[in-house]
Amino acid sequence: MIEHRPGLRIFCHAMLLLGVATVALPIWITFVASTETAERMLQVPIPLVPGSHLLDNYYTVLFKGVEGASTAPVSRMMLNSLVMALAISIGKIAISLLSAFAIVYFRFPLRMFFFWLIFITLMLPVEVRIFPTYKVVSDLNMIDTYAGLTLPLIASATATFLFRQFFMTVPDELTEAARMDGAGPLRFFWDVVVPLSRTNMAALFVILFIYGWNQYLWPLLVTTQENMYTTVIGIKRMIPGGDASVDWNLVMAAAMLAMLPPALVVLLMQEWFVKGLVETEK
Amino acid sequence: MATVSIRDVYKSFGDVKVIQGISMEIASGEFVVMVGPSGCGKSTLLRMIAGLETITAGEIAIDERVVNDLEPKERNIAMVFQNYALYPHMSVYENMAYGLKIGGLPKAEVEARVRRAADTLELGALLKRKPRELSGGQRQRVAMGRAIVREPTVFLFDEPLSNLDAKLRVQMRAELQALHARLKTTTLYVTHDQVEAMTLADRMLVMSMGRAEQIGAPGEVYSMPATTFVAGFIGSPPMNLLPGRVEEGGEALVSAEGVRMRVPRAIPALAGHDVLLGVRPEHLEICETQSAMLAPNIDFAELLGSDLLVYGNLAEQRKGARIAARVAARLHPAMKAKNVRLPLRFDAENMHLFDPSTGKRIEDGGSRTPVAPPTAVPASSRA
Repeated sequence: MIEHRPGLRIFCHAMLLLGVATVALPIWITFVASTETAERMLQVPIPLVPGSHLLDNYYTVLFKGVEGASTAPVSRMMLNSLVMALAISIGKIAISLLSAFAIVYFRFPLRMFFFWLIFITLMLPVEVRIFPTYKVVSDLNMIDTYAGLTLPLIASATATFLFRQFFMTVPDELTEAARMDGAGPLRFFWDVVVPLSRTNMAALFVILFIYGWNQYLWPLLVTTQENMYTTVIGIKRMIPGGDASVDWNLVMAAAMLAMLPPALVVLLMQEWFVKGLVETEK
Repeated sequence: MATVSIRDVYKSFGDVKVIQGISMEIASGEFVVMVGPSGCGKSTLLRMIAGLETITAGEIAIDERVVNDLEPKERNIAMVFQNYALYPHMSVYENMAYGLKIGGLPKAEVEARVRRAADTLELGALLKRKPRELSGGQRQRVAMGRAIVREPTVFLFDEPLSNLDAKLRVQMRAELQALHARLKTTTLYVTHDQVEAMTLADRMLVMSMGRAEQIGAPGEVYSMPATTFVAGFIGSPPMNLLPGRVEEGGEALVSAEGVRMRVPRAIPALAGHDVLLGVRPEHLEICETQSAMLAPNIDFAELLGSDLLVYGNLAEQRKGARIAARVAARLHPAMKAKNVRLPLRFDAENMHLFDPSTGKRIEDGGSRTPVAPPTAVPASSRA
């Protein structure tokens, strides 16, 4: 839009600043709270400038854990979360790439049947099939293991479907050129399909990493030991019920830490993420 | 260098018959162009030779080795695609080297071959670039380079120039000719462009509806079209085809409207028969009224610069067969008038006769030595 009226400009900026403030203020308050003492957090009004206990608080949550809360130190829980998020995103991308490759490039009996079978799982997210899934996982003795935490979430069709759509836009001539060059199917997969899917994989990785990191319901069910909790559950666990006092400064520090990795992933992979969603390199 | 034999080849996609029995022997080092309108099956035939399509019936042999069941890589051929099909994520060098690398050639040999091909095609400065950083002509060259480095016995080109602009097309055509002259590799080339076909081919295969209409050298196809399809497809504007019945004595044809068309050579053998008289627009010349063989009513003219194309009808009031003639450009003002009758004549050697029911050429035993065109289409397979 080409508009030169100053009034409109001021209005636009005011709206934008308001939007930023709405989003940023809670995060700021969280950050400020994580730098104060527990006592200060119980007084009114709540502080709006950072206090002097930043290092103390973060050291405490990361390596000692919160007193009275039945959780492991946050560093342990972050490791769990990291393993889970990475396993889900990498596992999903690997499986989806292969299954989409099979569905698009091979003519085998019941191909469309299998495609629809995969596709139908889109309608059945973890929450819907949570009891049967839980039963299977517990019968397989996978409670409190990383496998139990991640495997059921890896099996879903979103990424398969995405890659299928992408593969279908790759010109047939490219496949034929590879055949003329003597590349077998797996060679073609590694040398042509995977490199061409790089940006899509990156975009998907960002989305899936955040999806995996933020999982709440499933980890809550399959983890019973403190050292298997993920960060997201851990934060909830740090707030004891009843009359016990809450160490808000420590809870907030843990929340800040929990927000960090997804933000980092988005920041570091922003360029690739945008490319993967908009660019088609063919 | 290899021969290619196509022996009575058929191809169907389900119920759709795309190739309906084509046979052709291609000599080693020959440049053969397959030409025809869209959907005539020419690309399918090429892809069958490449091994990208299965062969429904018949046999294709490269150097006397039947390749029906061989993978493309086992046929020792190379193909250039219409949209080039370069690997977008690889550099020019990697694109050309990829097939050799897979083939397990030692690195030094790969490098030497790619350098040699790059020098031939003037790609030396571009080896590190990605395909998206190249122009259309450069991409085309890389695609050719990828074919050359494999040192195949047969080159296959699938409309390689149709994505280029007109000027570049002429230039690349010349380069292709030069390349073939140097490498002398057997080449099969598919195009729908008759100019490409005429200029590049040693022999051409004119196809229509999955059948071979004519196989022959460009000059032969032009001067002795085997069917009305070939007559209409090769040459621009297409050959005039004027229906009529041959008079008693064979001196003239009479059209359905009763217009009399004199022929330069009597054809008494055909008296009483319906025929199609074929004359190319460029073979018609303006003459005195009394010696005119045809005198169409001209209704419009197109100035091409050097020449003038005039169009008209044989009978009055836009009735009768359409006829086009290529005449000198200086006649343009004279053609502006309405309802001009243009007296035209042509030489006996430029007269073609076709059977209106089969569309096939009639050899009337005229002055020319009748050459049986090696169409290799068995009469039984024609409708």
